[in-house]
Amino acid sequence: MQKSTLLFLLLLISAYAFHIGRQRSRQIVGGRVTNLHSLPNYYGYYTALWALLPALALLFIWMGFETPVINHLVIGTLPEASRSLSADNQGLLINDITNALNGSYGEAKPELKTTVDYLRSLKIRSNWLLSLLAITLAFMGAFFARSRIHKEHRARNKVEQTVMAFLVGSSLIAILTTLGIVLSVLFESIRFFDKVPITDFLFGLEWSPQIAMRSDQVGSSGAFGAVPLFTGTLLISSIALIVAVPIGLMSAIYLAEYASLRFRSVAKPLLEILAGIPTVVYGFFAALTVAPFIRDLGADAGFDVSSESALAAGLVMGIMIIPFVSSLSDDFINAVPQSLRDGAYALGATQSETIRQVVIPAALPGIVGGILLAASRAIGETMIVVMAAGLAANLTANPLEAVTTVTTQIVTLLVGDQEFDSPKTLAAFALGLVLFLVTLVLNIIALHIVRKYREQYE
Amino acid sequence: MRHPENIPTSASFSRDHIQTVGNIFVKDARIECRSVDVFYGEKHAIQDVSLDVGRNEVIALIGPSGCGKSTFLRCLNRMNDTIPGCRVSGEIKLDGQDIYAEGLDVVPLRAQVGMVFQKPNPFPKSIFENVAYGPRIHGLASNKLELEEIVEKSLRRAGLWEEVKDYLRHPGTGLSGGQQQRLCIARTIAVNPEVILMDEPCSALDPIATAKIEQLMDDLREHYTIAIVTHSMQQAARVSQRTAYFHLGKLIEVGETAQIFTDPRHQLTEDYITGRFG
Repeated sequence: MQKSTLLFLLLLISAYAFHIGRQRSRQIVGGRVTNLHSLPNYYGYYTALWALLPALALLFIWMGFETPVINHLVIGTLPEASRSLSADNQGLLINDITNALNGSYGEAKPELKTTVDYLRSLKIRSNWLLSLLAITLAFMGAFFARSRIHKEHRARNKVEQTVMAFLVGSSLIAILTTLGIVLSVLFESIRFFDKVPITDFLFGLEWSPQIAMRSDQVGSSGAFGAVPLFTGTLLISSIALIVAVPIGLMSAIYLAEYASLRFRSVAKPLLEILAGIPTVVYGFFAALTVAPFIRDLGADAGFDVSSESALAAGLVMGIMIIPFVSSLSDDFINAVPQSLRDGAYALGATQSETIRQVVIPAALPGIVGGILLAASRAIGETMIVVMAAGLAANLTANPLEAVTTVTTQIVTLLVGDQEFDSPKTLAAFALGLVLFLVTLVLNIIALHIVRKYREQYE
Repeated sequence: MRHPENIPTSASFSRDHIQTVGNIFVKDARIECRSVDVFYGEKHAIQDVSLDVGRNEVIALIGPSGCGKSTFLRCLNRMNDTIPGCRVSGEIKLDGQDIYAEGLDVVPLRAQVGMVFQKPNPFPKSIFENVAYGPRIHGLASNKLELEEIVEKSLRRAGLWEEVKDYLRHPGTGLSGGQQQRLCIARTIAVNPEVILMDEPCSALDPIATAKIEQLMDDLREHYTIAIVTHSMQQAARVSQRTAYFHLGKLIEVGETAQIFTDPRHQLTEDYITGRFG
């Protein structure tokens, strides 16, 4: 039986369990539901959970152990020569056999024929055994739960506890994944810092991550000074913020304070669509439209502008993060109580005085929070800079030159064939760690400011 | 203060009588309202109200919730302008000048007619900056020293100076509710208005803070005209000289406060102040 069929059957059984649990609870009190501790549906859910959860647990455990156990059995039947192979070669052999079983890559080699048949029979047996056990377990669970139902039984509490356990589990998955990513980045970074001293990485002025792959190769020995990347990131993010903060803030003020309701209801979603455009689209817009435009403009004005410039990438990235600034600022300006505006109006302040001197200062913490979130977005942005800012690790503050950023370098370090333990590859993890720490700090500050502000007005 | 036991049982005008009872006129009026109507979209919130407010008097506007007394109050400094869909017709004159005249600038009007709100609404600035805000936007002080004088004088008049003089740089939002409300009054006084409108200024305050504000109103009457909306009839009786009773957007009865509370002439007024209604 296929696993999906089995899963479907288990669901059917639990639906049946729901039914018998509910029936049972009604039957116990003779239909007077108010005499029960919980509503009949809760007894139904309780029974259904007992039917489903143990069987599902069995299913997952079985699936986890099935392949190793079967492989072990298969290897046991192989001739002595194969058994004494190294683990890697045994793995290859098993792969051959499995492929033969699935019919891919043509017919099996004749000498493996018996083994393949054996594997097939094992798999079929395993499936039947699993199905039998799971279905039995489901029914046992259902009838066990049904037998436990009595008038005082706290089914509601138990069901809700189970639900809570699911919720906890779901949030744990997110947290543990994050933790896992952070730890793996951290450990790889530590390996990198074994090869390249951390001070060289953080304070070195030259970035040239090429390593000679053969001893006779002409080439650099690799320089891992990340300062040009940090300055490049800083330069592009600053340009982006210089674009996004005034435009975003002013559009937020207009939308929140001046615009009519009808205009606002159209304009705000439109502005937020900007955030939904895939960054790769922004990227080619930056690379194919904005960068050449700036280059030509610079050429006309007598400047020497490279065709991939920090300015182009920064401008487009600024457009991209406008919605972060405007949408959040707009929310916070709206959250400023009307009573404060009334207070200012009642003193004879004009609308713009009220906005500048009362509303904006009151919303400032929220606005700053929005700007910091936008900044951390800008720092972590990859696609636009890969396409529009170039790859040259120039240590410069001139926005007309090509620069490169931390994210771009991570991409180039990991694209193509790589040795996993060379400093070049590991450098990506170190860069990732720095990037992560910076955006983390920015986000923490932003969230802290936002929360502090919320406490004040709600 | 007067107690409800003194209230007589019969009134001269029945509940069906819809004309305003009592004398709406005062000698030497500061504000004259004639046939004022207010609409919120389709809703006719104020219907044909005419009323004078005299100099150096406290007039109390009372009535059940939704009767239009706050709306009427907000007409007097055109605060209704900020509400979308609100339309005012009729005539309201301040010192003989129509405040709804075309082309009239609301900024000087609101400097002349200050307002204190139901909930204390200090700006998220320091105590000093809260009071200094009005004088600053109207350019009332030519230098820092003058500004400091205005702030001190206003805080003194609002009876808050002694409590906050050492904390002028602390945020105004950190004060207690009663202090915040007096700060808002100081802020209003600082622009040197002629009229102060108060929209239930004590409804968020405890009795001690309320007593302070009521005392303050009595002191302020010397310099200002005060119109106060209140739900507390005791408060109306304590602080006001004249009282106006509103009912469903109409002005039902106006008169000396003593007369309204001891001898109401309209049945609706009597119903309200004896607790039969509202």
